[in-house]
Amino acid sequence: MDALILTIIATSIPLLLAATGELITEKSGVLNLGVEGMMLSGAVGALGAVLWLGSPYFGIIAGGLCGVLMASIFSIFTINFMTNQVATGLGLTIFATGLTGLAGAPLVGKTVPSLPKIEIFLLSDIPFFGEILFKQDFIAYLSVAIIIFITYFLKYSKSGIVLRAVGDDHQSAHSVGYPVKKIRWYATCFGGMCAGIGGAYIPLVLTPHWSEGMTAGRGWIALALVVFASWIPWRIIVGALIFGGITIAQLVGQARGWPIPSQILSMMPYLATIVALTVISGRISKSNSVVPASLGKPFFDTQ
Amino acid sequence: MITFIPRDKVSKNWTIIGPILSIFLTIFFGLLIFTFLGYNPLETLYQIFLSPFSRIDRISDILVKACPLIIVGIGLMLCFRANVWNIGAEGQFIMGTLLAGSFALLFPSVETKFFIFIMIVIGFIGGALWAFIPAILKTKLNVNEILVSLMLVYVAMLFIDFIVRGPLRDPMSFGFPLSKPYPEGAIINKIPFPAIGYLGQLHYGILFIILLIPISWLFVNKTLSGFKINVLGAAPKAAKFAGFKQNTITITVLLISGGLAGVAGVIEVSANIGQLQPEVSFGYGFTAIIVAFLGRLNPIGILFAGIIIATVKLGADNAQMSMGIPKVVTGLFEGILLFFLLTGETLQKYKIKWSKVT
Repeated sequence: MDALILTIIATSIPLLLAATGELITEKSGVLNLGVEGMMLSGAVGALGAVLWLGSPYFGIIAGGLCGVLMASIFSIFTINFMTNQVATGLGLTIFATGLTGLAGAPLVGKTVPSLPKIEIFLLSDIPFFGEILFKQDFIAYLSVAIIIFITYFLKYSKSGIVLRAVGDDHQSAHSVGYPVKKIRWYATCFGGMCAGIGGAYIPLVLTPHWSEGMTAGRGWIALALVVFASWIPWRIIVGALIFGGITIAQLVGQARGWPIPSQILSMMPYLATIVALTVISGRISKSNSVVPASLGKPFFDTQ
Repeated sequence: MITFIPRDKVSKNWTIIGPILSIFLTIFFGLLIFTFLGYNPLETLYQIFLSPFSRIDRISDILVKACPLIIVGIGLMLCFRANVWNIGAEGQFIMGTLLAGSFALLFPSVETKFFIFIMIVIGFIGGALWAFIPAILKTKLNVNEILVSLMLVYVAMLFIDFIVRGPLRDPMSFGFPLSKPYPEGAIINKIPFPAIGYLGQLHYGILFIILLIPISWLFVNKTLSGFKINVLGAAPKAAKFAGFKQNTITITVLLISGGLAGVAGVIEVSANIGQLQPEVSFGYGFTAIIVAFLGRLNPIGILFAGIIIATVKLGADNAQMSMGIPKVVTGLFEGILLFFLLTGETLQKYKIKWSKVT
């Protein structure tokens, strides 16, 4: 049972990180559909760094940096050149799929050591909960820390309130004197960093080798999670665990030979995403306030 | 510092210059990345952009490869014009193919070629039904069509895999996941040319494009429905004031684009494969997004865009065989191309002004 819960948590962490990053990006009014691409580049960057430098911790840094690099490309085009965000995000994913395929080709067939578990003194001895919550790897603790930080940041810090203002009404925020473009750059790059680290988690913990397109749609599910969470950080944890649970449940089903074809079981996470989006979107459209009002709209600053 | 100043009216020059400049910038940056990763840029340039033109049968293969891209691209053009983001054409392609293919396998001895027309209609229905899911969710419950249509791509891929490995597997396929071969009536033949015979794989499916491009041009430029689609995309508020039914338009463009993706699948498989297999699409649905943008959401532009992108796809196949470069690199060029094309769109609307940082 412990083992099962641990796998569910591990499966949900990439989704959790990527969705949290995207939440901040979207709160600033930027819709970055390139999450899948940023995760892929994080994965390939992490693998390359670990093979080159040895320690899995370099993988985390490299993954984050690759994510930021991809987010910067997105920012130059959408924020500075005012391109359509939906199309640019798609372009970023397509670009990153190609780039990582090329960069990952020499890595095929090589495996990397996985990220070590860190036991927290005393707490890890608590029966059951100690095993699940306090014997995790660095990224798992980091992702929880990020969620707590983000919740505080958005609610209580001045910068967080400015970020939300920029996402809700960029013209007003601009006329009060806030640097809309700069804030959006930061928010997008933060999203890229989280997605990159989330992507890095896949080779560092889940499957320790490179394969083309190894994120398998997780970036898109992360985007759906932001909607599912209705832009409220802690709900992402719930959503990510549900999706982790569904993914593991169908794998267990396949392994135990449930009388359902494996392909039909594999559809579950994707179908669950559609169902979740449908349920949540129906509610959101009734109370429109949760969606950042300027989401996806390019900002043109009149000087 | 660069600042943008709005133009009084959309620049006509940039409409033409934009795509051409984008292509050159893409080649430049793409090769820069190749050089950086340790590949010979000149050989890459030759393999990807020029080798597809090296023989006449290779040139006709460009047309064959462009065929599904153009058909799907025309459908997506309608969606993108209306600001409806269908990115699940890959799934609609698969489901159209699957429905029409299953139908064809019910009639193992059909010989008349009129059967193809029935298959095209069924393929259209299959693709349209798959697109109907995001359409109805979008219009009734305001569910994001981007995510739903994309999730349905994964579902469609798994579904055809299940069908071809399970119910429709040919018992004579020696364990391979293949259906029975299509009946004679469901096969699109290659075009014979007097004196030279066949030109590569060039097939009669090309005729569909020759029909589709003028029809779609007339539809978007000369009909009221086409006009409504344009207005909805360019000025949604104006469309609302004018009393256009936004939901009807959204559903219509999604159904047409899904249907055309299905038709593209039918033509592709009937002409080149002749049976169902787990992989029928090879990313045509995604690549067509780039084709639609490169063609400036215009049927004639899409014709040329399809040919250009097909060239790069074939070139990448050649590069994989001769240089061991993974085929997915086409994505690298497609992504960069899309970035520059979109920037070109900004330059249509804004002038650049250079100024010193103060």
